[in-house]
Amino acid sequence: MNATDPVSILFATIADIDDATMTSLHARLEVNADSDGLLDVAYRTVDSPIGTLLLAATPEGLVRVAFESEGHDVVLEHLAADVSPRILRSPKRLDGTARELEEYFDGRRREFEVTIDLRLVHGFRHEVLDHLRSIRYGTTASYATLAAVAGRPAAVRAAASACSHNPIPLIVPCHRIIRSDGSVGQYLGGAAAKRALLDLEAAA
Amino acid sequence: MTVPPFELVVNHHGPTVMRVCRALLRPADAEDAWAETFIAAMRAYPTLRPDSNVRGWLVTIAHRKALDQIRSSSRSANPSGEIERLADRAAAAGEDPMSPPDTDLWDAVQSLTPHQQAAVVHHHVAGVPFAEIGRLLGISAAAARRSSADGVANLRRRYSPNADPQEVTT
Repeated sequence: MNATDPVSILFATIADIDDATMTSLHARLEVNADSDGLLDVAYRTVDSPIGTLLLAATPEGLVRVAFESEGHDVVLEHLAADVSPRILRSPKRLDGTARELEEYFDGRRREFEVTIDLRLVHGFRHEVLDHLRSIRYGTTASYATLAAVAGRPAAVRAAASACSHNPIPLIVPCHRIIRSDGSVGQYLGGAAAKRALLDLEAAA
Repeated sequence: MTVPPFELVVNHHGPTVMRVCRALLRPADAEDAWAETFIAAMRAYPTLRPDSNVRGWLVTIAHRKALDQIRSSSRSANPSGEIERLADRAAAAGEDPMSPPDTDLWDAVQSLTPHQQAAVVHHHVAGVPFAEIGRLLGISAAAARRSSADGVANLRRRYSPNADPQEVTT
């Protein structure tokens, strides 16, 4: 094909789709998908003192907060399988959560007001996470205490497992549950992150 | 096994689908066709088989949306239809209606048969193999290859009447 060949001209005319065009088309898709009820999961990332966090929400509420160490791509794959593959990067739905988290990390917020969606949690784990939310800012409790308040004092292991599988850490404050000996114990975001959160809450 | 997050589909295939829309439509209409393509795709996405050729699937939707746009704009702006309009314009200028020199590129693309358009944009714009194009159009791979070649030949004839005829056959 030569320079005056119509097919060459046609393909040259359309070859470059610049980033600005794709950004505006994406924004348009986000708006259309949301208004048509197709945006089953919206997500964004936010920077925080404990690393980049992935935030994901269904129309019902915040469904997932993920640490960098979990691999955000892997987390999104799981959301596609467990909730819906109709997933878009769409920050608007997460604006409120992002703002509350920023205030929390600044020491200006003690309670989260965002609506959560615990659809990824079932059975006793759901009970445990419901009770977790009553552990107040700046305080801690043991796994044994948590099992007891959730109504199954013998189920300490199950309570610990509910914490380690908490899909909405920070907002559902599993970092406030520590070992009976006072050590911080494990955390999906790493023991150092858990320590940092407890120090933040103790200082504020 | 489930399909990956739709965001990946938009990132991987969005620019290609936009090129397809631009090949078929003028710039303003191309963005509308892209938007309609991706909203339709997102609606159907959970039922897409994980082993599908996603690019071919999207380009097929885009082509259909582009045809809808062409039909609705020719209905509103030109009830006599695209090809007739081209012929009239050429005749008014005293030219051979089969090779109007003032025909712009999109008019030429829109004058192709739907199969030719589909084969040309799938193959030349989106890089979809002929076997897959044939499957999407419900024809053989050889027929898809022929539609693409005929489409390119027609484009050359319509868009630049002075093109070397030797080139058309290659």
